Order: sequence, then C-alpha cells, then structure tokens
Amino acid sequence: MAAPIDLHEVAERELEARSRYPWRLKACNSTACLSAGAGTTMQAMEQAVEADDLALDVQLIPTGCMGLCSRGPLVRLLRRGGEETMYADVTPEVGIDIIRSHVRDHRPVEASLLDQHMPFFASQERVVLTHAGIINPDRIESYVAHGGYQALEKALTTMAPEEVVEQVRISGLRGRGGAGYPTGSKWALLAAAAGDTKYLVANGDEGDPGAYMDRTVMEDDPHRLIEGMAIAAYATGAARAYIYVRAEYPRAVERLDRAIRVARRNRLLGRRILDTDFDLEIEVRIGAGAFVCGEETALMASIEGRRGTPRLRPPYPTERGLWGAPTMINNVETLANIPAIVTNGGSWFASIGTPSSTGTKVFALAGDLVNTGLIEVPMGITLRHIVEDIGGGIPNGRSFKAAQTGGPSGGCIPAEFLDTPVDYDSLRELGSIMGSGGLIVMDDEVVMPDVAKYFMEFSMDESCGKCTPCRAGTVQMHGILDRITTGTGTRRDLRDLEHLCQVVRDTSLCGLGQSAPNPILSTIHYFRDEYEALLVDREAVDA
Amino acid sequence: MTSTVDDAPSQAPEDGHPSGDERFALVDKHLKRVRYEQDQLIETLHVAQDVFGYLSEDVLMYVARALLLPPSMVYGVATFYQLFTFEAPGDHACTVCTGTACFVKGADGIVRTVGDAYAVAAGATSDDGRLTLKTARCLGSCGLAPVVVLDGTVHGHLDAAEAVALVRAAVDGGGES
Repeated sequence: MAAPIDLHEVAERELEARSRYPWRLKACNSTACLSAGAGTTMQAMEQAVEADDLALDVQLIPTGCMGLCSRGPLVRLLRRGGEETMYADVTPEVGIDIIRSHVRDHRPVEASLLDQHMPFFASQERVVLTHAGIINPDRIESYVAHGGYQALEKALTTMAPEEVVEQVRISGLRGRGGAGYPTGSKWALLAAAAGDTKYLVANGDEGDPGAYMDRTVMEDDPHRLIEGMAIAAYATGAARAYIYVRAEYPRAVERLDRAIRVARRNRLLGRRILDTDFDLEIEVRIGAGAFVCGEETALMASIEGRRGTPRLRPPYPTERGLWGAPTMINNVETLANIPAIVTNGGSWFASIGTPSSTGTKVFALAGDLVNTGLIEVPMGITLRHIVEDIGGGIPNGRSFKAAQTGGPSGGCIPAEFLDTPVDYDSLRELGSIMGSGGLIVMDDEVVMPDVAKYFMEFSMDESCGKCTPCRAGTVQMHGILDRITTGTGTRRDLRDLEHLCQVVRDTSLCGLGQSAPNPILSTIHYFRDEYEALLVDREAVDA
Repeated sequence: MTSTVDDAPSQAPEDGHPSGDERFALVDKHLKRVRYEQDQLIETLHVAQDVFGYLSEDVLMYVARALLLPPSMVYGVATFYQLFTFEAPGDHACTVCTGTACFVKGADGIVRTVGDAYAVAAGATSDDGRLTLKTARCLGSCGLAPVVVLDGTVHGHLDAAEAVALVRAAVDGGGES
C-alpha cells in the first residue's frame, strides 16, 4: 500500500512553485463563463504568452466560478506581493491585451477593469465558495495548498466520531437542500442507527430551474465535497457513500470521478485513510432527468436503479434507506460546509448568520438585476441588501416587483418585505421557503399569474404519478391557471384553485406535491388583484 | 452491489448481439465494468443511449437480458426519466432553456417561434428529420438568459427572431448534417 499524501509537504511544494511566477492569471472556466466564451479567451491568452515568451513570467490557471456570471468571462490577475486586479467581459482581444499590456508592459487595461470592492463582492462572506475562482479544481495540490484535507486529518487523528457530530450540532448547520433540518441531529441519528452497513449520500440532484449552487461546488471544488463526505462518514460510521448527480451536469460527474480517483491514490479515500482505521469508498451515480429525484426517498430508488418514485416516511432513511440499510442524505452545499466547521469549530460557524439560521447561504442570483451570478451571503442579510447592493438594482429604469425563492416549491416575496432578513424562518413566515438557493428577481413587467402557471407547468411535468393528489391535482391547477391567464377564468375558478391548493398541499405523498401549490398560494396572497383583473364575470352563469 | 439474483457475470451474452452490430460491444464493456449489477440499470441505459443515440426496443431488450431484469422493468425505468429518448434524433438539435431566468426573459416565445417555423413540437423531431427541438429545465447559464443550445454551442441573449435565424442558418444553410 502506497504511503498516504503528506498534506503539509504538498502544500509547501505548491506554494513554492507558485512563488516563482511574478504574475499569476486566474481565468474563470466555470460553465457560465465558458458559455460566454472563456474557452477561446483562454486559448488566445495562452498563445499571447507563448508569442511574447512570457511563460516564465505568468502562470495561467483555469479556475472555477468567480461569481459575477453576467460579466463573464472573468479574469483575476495577481502580482507577486499581493496586488490583485480583476477584469470583466474578457473577450479574446481583451485577454491578449491583458497579457501584452498589463503583464508585459505593466499598464492595466483600463477599459475592462472590474472594481473588486464593488458591493457585489464586498457584501459577500465566503465559506462554501472559499476556493471557487481561486483554485484549479482539477489539481488536488491546488486544493491542499489552500488548506484542503487538513480538516479530515484533524478529525481522523484528533477527534472521536462523537466529537465531530457534537461540533456539527453546535454549529447549528441546517440542511441546505431547502427544508432546513438540523444537520447535527441527522448525523446523530445515523451514528446511533444499528447495523454494520450504513450509507451516506450527497444529494447533487439540483433540480430547481435557475439554481446552480451545488453544480459550482461539484465542478469547481470537488475535493471539498469529498472531504466533507469523508468527515461525515467518519462521524456517522458509514463506510460506503454515493454522490447522486443529475445527468445535466456532465462536467460535475467528470470532475468528481477524477477527484475521487486522485483522492484514492493519495489514500484520502479507500482503505486505511491517512493510515488510520477508517475506510470509505465513494461512487458517483447519475440521474436521468427527474426533478422528483431530489426528494430523498425517490433519490434512493434511483440509486438502486429503479423508477425514482418517493415513498412514505417514516421510516426515515436513517432507519431504512438504501437496500434497507440506515442511510443519511445530505445536500452538497451542506457537506461543503463541514471542512470549515471542523477546522474552525462549531461555535465559529454559529457566530455567522442568525441564532436560528447559522452560517452562510449560496444563492444563484438571476432575473431582472444589473448583476447576476453566484453569491454567498451570511444568513439574516436583508433581501434589499441582496437586490439593491449585490444585485445592483433593477435595470432599464424599471422597479422591483417580487423575488422568487425556492423555485417550484417556493413563493414570491413582494416589495413591502424587502427588509425581511433572509433566513429559514422569516421566509417561511412570508409563504416562501429558503429552498436550495435559487433567487430570481422580477421587475414590474412580470405578470404574476403567468409566473404561477410557469411553475405549475413545471410541477405538472415533473409529478412522478405515484399519488393521485399530485398527479391529478397539478393538472387541474394548471388547467385553471391556463383559463385565468388567457382571460376565460371565472371567480369560481379562482375559488376552486385556492381550495385545490390546500388539498394538494395536505394530501400529497412527498415534498414535490406538498409544496407544488406554494407559487400559486403566495402569488394569490400578495397579488390577488392581478388574478381578479383577469377574471371574466360569469358569476351569475356559474351560480 | 445487492442484486436479487446471484452476482453472475456468466449471464453475459457471450457473443454480443445476434445482429453482429459492434456497438453492442461498447454496452458489453460497460456491463462488464459494473459486473452486471442490477442497480446499474440507469447508468447502462445512459451508455446505451450515448452509443446508439436513442433507446430502441431492441436495445432495451438487450439490456434487460444482460442484467436479468424483466423487460417491463427496464421499459418502466427508461420511460420514467426524461433524458432517455426512444426515437432517432434529427440531424440538428436545438435546445431552448426554459429555466426561470430564461422564462422571465421570453424563452417560451423562442420555443413557439422555432416550433412554428419547423412545424415541430417541443420534444419532437420535424417530419423531415432535420431538426429536433428540445427544452431544458435550466442550463445554469442564467447570466446569458435566454439561452439556446444549437448543436452543442451555447448562444445567449437571443430574441425569438434571432433564434430562428440561427436555427435556419444551421438547418437550411447547408450546414453539415
């Protein structure tokens, strides 16, 4: 058996190699920037480096997401000694300019500079995304040089499993998939579960449209997820783990597969991890396009190779999960928080955010905003802060109408609640949910019943068909919304719709059906006048 | 890992598919790698679809036999998941993202206009087999909304007319089939 990786030596070597370059250029190669042309920009810069014989002066590093996706491709140029410059909208021409003008001639390319102190960056607090846009996700050395796997080493060599669970409990971390169940309690349940075989599953079936937080973790910092999983498995006694990734994320699958192989080779996975008695195997499983598989019992069915239909709980997965064995399912973002909690302690984590919602939350900020992209903010930040400062406000002289959180399971928050703190409980009180992190801002041109219909069409398509309230209810709700939005709905339709929402919410088998009415209920609640304006007056006929 | 039947690699069809179609060898290679575990059904279907472009009845039967699963179960699983397709795809593929950000910016208009131009419904292939029109839940490129992926290339910030022009250039413009 090969010797395990020496984390400190690898980190030292990496830092030493880095210090040889006067300049280091980090180019965002995340999916969003690649769509905006980051690939050709990278090639152009490589050619410019070669043409000008600058290979010893500047190191080109492909990194993950830098956050401000609407201004991509993004580039960060670091000078030895600490000076850092950011560039936005880096076309191949701008990329060549950065190499020729800034690196070679020490003249920054003024026209493309991006202010790193703008509120978009300054208001964020990064825990989960600490490394995104900083490290090269394909190189474990890059992760290790930034402190990677030291939390695992600390847990395995200095902490008993119970102590790890206790730190997670103290941290107050709650599940980032949306429901917000206390992670420490879940871990304690699996740790206490009887049986020799226990499973751990990372839920990377990020299905909400407009949400790509987990994809960013899996693609841009895969080792962080692996480290979080290894710590979770150690704390709970699981010896086998799966990462369930939706098939729409082929790049995440590729990166994770590679990272797992490299981690095994370095004895960070497999048998006798870091020469301790702890063993763990992780395998990636791919979905095939079913939103319901984000629900944990459906997800398990899919891992077993079956149709992804949910089942009733209890028994909860920590009692009876994969192949009948105790199983714990944690969201990818949840697990990505773990290394930081082990390194800095649970109470450090609990000091971020609010008492009931600790830590940070990653949001995919999209819609009618000046700045869109991926952000990480402390829990409890106001919606106004996110929209106006980070998002830069609403463009084109329009005004804010609503923010949608939680995707098809969530709701809309109108302007009068812009000062609400963003945390699990406040959002629930407003009829929305934290959700997995999609945050879509809509301006005053958006018609709310259309938004409700959009989400209902989604839920209708994605209903797995197992239970009647969801299968039939979503179709009926969509039909009524269709009548209302096309101007043929009656007052009675609206009444039926509200009634149906209650029934589907109360009687559906799983979270998909139970939460499917949320977009309707919240838009009726806050924008009832828009629905009523569309109704035709056939009350007399209906009566 | 946990099969209902013994882990029995010997059940592999020894000589591949009777047609001699060598593409089945690629499916066999995957099956061997996962040791014919029945819980690898979805992964196997992905591989088969990559190899053949779609899942024909013949391919589904082949997978069912190899994994010792009832054809009804294989069919049930394959039809449950949206990414599996049972018809040969068209020469060109146009995928319109209908995620929330793209919806807010007019993706449904793009689907309608492109669909009308080629008389094809979302999720189907035009009668002449030249264009498959698909929608995607979210491609995660929300900063570029609305997004259209044409034959693998991402195009952002399009209106309906621009999208149709793009598709026309690829499909009618003598582009490679």
